[in-house]
Amino acid sequence: MDWEVVIGLEVHAQLNTATKIFCGCPTAFGAEPNSHTCPVCLAMPGALPVLNAAAVDKAIALGLAIGAELNRHSIFARKNYFYPDLPKGYQISQYELPVVGKGTLTVQLADGVEKVVGVTRAHLEEDAGKSLHEAFIGQSGIDLNRAGTPLLEIVSEPDMRSPAEAVAYLKKLHALVRYLDICDGNMQEGSFRCDANVSLRRPGAAYGTRAEIKNLNSFRFLEKAIEYEIVRQRDILESGGQIVQETRLYDANRDETRSMRSKEEANDYRYFPDPDLLPLVLDESRIERIRDILPELPDAKRTRFMNQYALTAYDAGVLTAGRVLADYYEQVAADVDGKLAANWVMGDLLGALNKAGIEIDDCPASAEKLRLLVQRIADQTISGKIAKEIFEEIFYRGGEVDAIIDGRGLRQITDVAAIAAMGDAIVTANPQQAADFRAGKDKLLGFFVGQVMKASQGKANPDQVNAILLERLQKG
Amino acid sequence: MELHEFSLRELRQGLQERDFSSVELTTTLLKRISALNPALNAFVTVTESKALAAAAAADARRAAGEDGPLLGIPMAHKDIFCTAGVRTTCGSKMLEHFVAPYNATVVERLAAEGMVMLGKLNMDEFAMGSSNETSYFGPVRNPWHTDMVPGGSSGGSAAAVAAGLIPVATGTDTGGSIRQPAALCGITGIKPTYGRVSRYGMIAFASSLDQGGPMARNAEDCALMLNVMAAHDPRDSTSHPAAASDFLRGLDRPLQGLRVGVPEEFFGAGLDPEVAAAVQAGIAELARQGAAVQSIRLPNNPHAVSTYYVLAPAEASSNLARFDGVRYTHRAANPADLTDLYQQSRYEGFGAEVRRRILVGTYVLSAGYYDAYYRKAQQVRSLIREDFRRAFAEVDVIVGPTTPTPAFPLGAKNADPVAMYLADIYTIAVNLAGIPALSVPCGFTAAGLPVGMQLMGDYFADDLLLNVAHRYQQETQWHRARPSLQAGEA
Ligand SMILES: [Zn+2]
Repeated sequence: MDWEVVIGLEVHAQLNTATKIFCGCPTAFGAEPNSHTCPVCLAMPGALPVLNAAAVDKAIALGLAIGAELNRHSIFARKNYFYPDLPKGYQISQYELPVVGKGTLTVQLADGVEKVVGVTRAHLEEDAGKSLHEAFIGQSGIDLNRAGTPLLEIVSEPDMRSPAEAVAYLKKLHALVRYLDICDGNMQEGSFRCDANVSLRRPGAAYGTRAEIKNLNSFRFLEKAIEYEIVRQRDILESGGQIVQETRLYDANRDETRSMRSKEEANDYRYFPDPDLLPLVLDESRIERIRDILPELPDAKRTRFMNQYALTAYDAGVLTAGRVLADYYEQVAADVDGKLAANWVMGDLLGALNKAGIEIDDCPASAEKLRLLVQRIADQTISGKIAKEIFEEIFYRGGEVDAIIDGRGLRQITDVAAIAAMGDAIVTANPQQAADFRAGKDKLLGFFVGQVMKASQGKANPDQVNAILLERLQKG
Repeated sequence: MELHEFSLRELRQGLQERDFSSVELTTTLLKRISALNPALNAFVTVTESKALAAAAAADARRAAGEDGPLLGIPMAHKDIFCTAGVRTTCGSKMLEHFVAPYNATVVERLAAEGMVMLGKLNMDEFAMGSSNETSYFGPVRNPWHTDMVPGGSSGGSAAAVAAGLIPVATGTDTGGSIRQPAALCGITGIKPTYGRVSRYGMIAFASSLDQGGPMARNAEDCALMLNVMAAHDPRDSTSHPAAASDFLRGLDRPLQGLRVGVPEEFFGAGLDPEVAAAVQAGIAELARQGAAVQSIRLPNNPHAVSTYYVLAPAEASSNLARFDGVRYTHRAANPADLTDLYQQSRYEGFGAEVRRRILVGTYVLSAGYYDAYYRKAQQVRSLIREDFRRAFAEVDVIVGPTTPTPAFPLGAKNADPVAMYLADIYTIAVNLAGIPALSVPCGFTAAGLPVGMQLMGDYFADDLLLNVAHRYQQETQWHRARPSLQAGEA
């Protein structure tokens, strides 16, 4: 009998505000330890939190994007526990009343099927600092630069049924926060991180006991960790054992999850409303102001790309997976055929980026250059083959498209007389092949075309070469 | 009358007329502190050289043509207000050596007006106490009788003002910590409406109840202080946008037609008859001035103490978690591991009463107990608020005793925390509701101990309370009585 895996994700998205959630310290990553701190985020006596309105606006934007209920009245609560990188001895979070209530996220699966995943809630909270164990012997260093960085914790329903669905959901959410410009999505630096709740059950049965897997900071790790967890739990269940509710840590080096703490060892966080902060009240005008400036979201953009540029669902999906890529594509497709532009962006450009290990954000070839390159193909200034050479040049070494074309004399030859002259010369120089062609070896046309292209250093228009050679050979 | 007995208005006049300079005034009071403080223990820290420098600066401002009601006038802060460069202990070993790199908003505002800080005043540890005996720096003694407690937690503030060491002081009031010591030391102190005075830089005990306020020798001096202390502070989210006001403006309004409510619940069992008599006489004086006195009910007041002792410890258990031995606090020597570091540092750094309240607070917030204690207490808190709302539909001020008894002997209630908690039986409901209240001296017991009368008002009726107290003090002399103190006494 089969097992069904049940997966729910808790995502911590670091909101990309300029300052921390309860003080004016910068949130920039990578500064000298404890240089981005003040009495508030150091939890000095008497220091008090003041809510950063920009963090709230970003939470509202996410709520609107997933069609969620926005709680007009939400409460900040204290989550109490002792840890050296938690300077107040409590984390300010939201517990009973989060700012964002129930919503949904539609994800596209590989087989083209769409799935609607429920989002239970999203709440604002502050990040903790970091404990540094490496540089000290018998002691730990504490860096509180990150303490107080705003986080939006987005909790899904246990709606996913495979590692692939979980990855698709996480990717969609990742794209969404970047579209909304509420989180930089940098998973290596931990600004977008994920915990997975995984359990197994017989189809149709009640939910099984779950394990929570922490520390998943890439799509691949999420997939690997769930795959490992499915096997681990299946082995336990099939040998008659029981799953223990616990928190497990994914170790990427060993590709396994291991127990951190069981439910019995879990903290009693003693949540209660934070008396230093008033209830967060959202008025309609604030919500409408944010709704008005909401950017076009991935699903809408995908549909528009299919209509406006006559793209397939798959191509439109790839091109709208990220806001930067989508904007790039639209610039390239500004005055040329959408399909041609899509081929170039999805083929040559993404291929080169992938090979070089560069993100689209840091693409060395501007969209304007690629637009011009594709336009030069469309207006027959250059051939597709020459265009690939020029692309390599501008991608790896820079330079201007027209300057390269002119500087290297790459302009396509479209002069019928010139091509005919080259064709005649080649036919004359290869009498045997010409005879064979006439005797029925049609494939030899390719040989002649190749020779002419070579003679023209690739600059002859291939369609014209084809037509002229066919005429000459058949005539002869 | 001697310089140390002057009111703020008299001090300003003397400074304006160049009868004395701020440096001379400051020097006089510093001498008095060094003579009398050993007996009273009101000051934890005296900042002599900083004070003289601040006084000289104030004199320079005055010489340059500046004037202001507080310019050049000495004062001291309860040691719960953070002062940049001067240690802030909160009466605890935990913060014995803590020097804040910032000023509390209240400290900043008073300093900007040119007030001269003479030092930091003793208090119950983390403001937890009603007798000033929980201070790590030893108990404060009552200037009227040095075997008696001054009340708490702002006991150092009350004793220092009563003894003429300073004309005014700051205090904080979470369950009566301004009003109860004011009553026991025979001075005037107001707990403003919650949100009037910024809590930024004021070390938190119970955030939803804590409120800073002035302690002085009369209502007018309180008004002068509150004019500066009360202000909206963007650094405190609970600070009210309309916190600032001119508290002098209505000070002289006659009491004709004032509706005074006297709660039956404040005159029941446990009230000392001498205190009752003095307060009744005080109410009679208000009536004589034209106030209409009626009896009212505050039916949920008897639940105030038990409600408070759930909510205040709950908040305190969380507020005091930052004192963990990791950063600026006391740290245990040679901890075995992280847990040991926490446990030993906190065991050594906190006194018994603070530890007791942290334990109670942790318990009432725990899974399985939260609903029975914390949530229930919040519901009762709403009922207490509702009591006042109903009462203030009928009356303008509520009047009763500030404390059930006059000052009690040192050590008398140390063995019985609940008996100690009941010292605040009449003051706590005010904090739970967030309304303003003040205490004015209204008489003495046969043994010569002061008695305080409490005036409670509706939200933002602080000015009315000061007005009533001021009019009362125009016709009575209780606030002018001074304890006789000699250097080296006790
Ligand atoms: Zn900060």
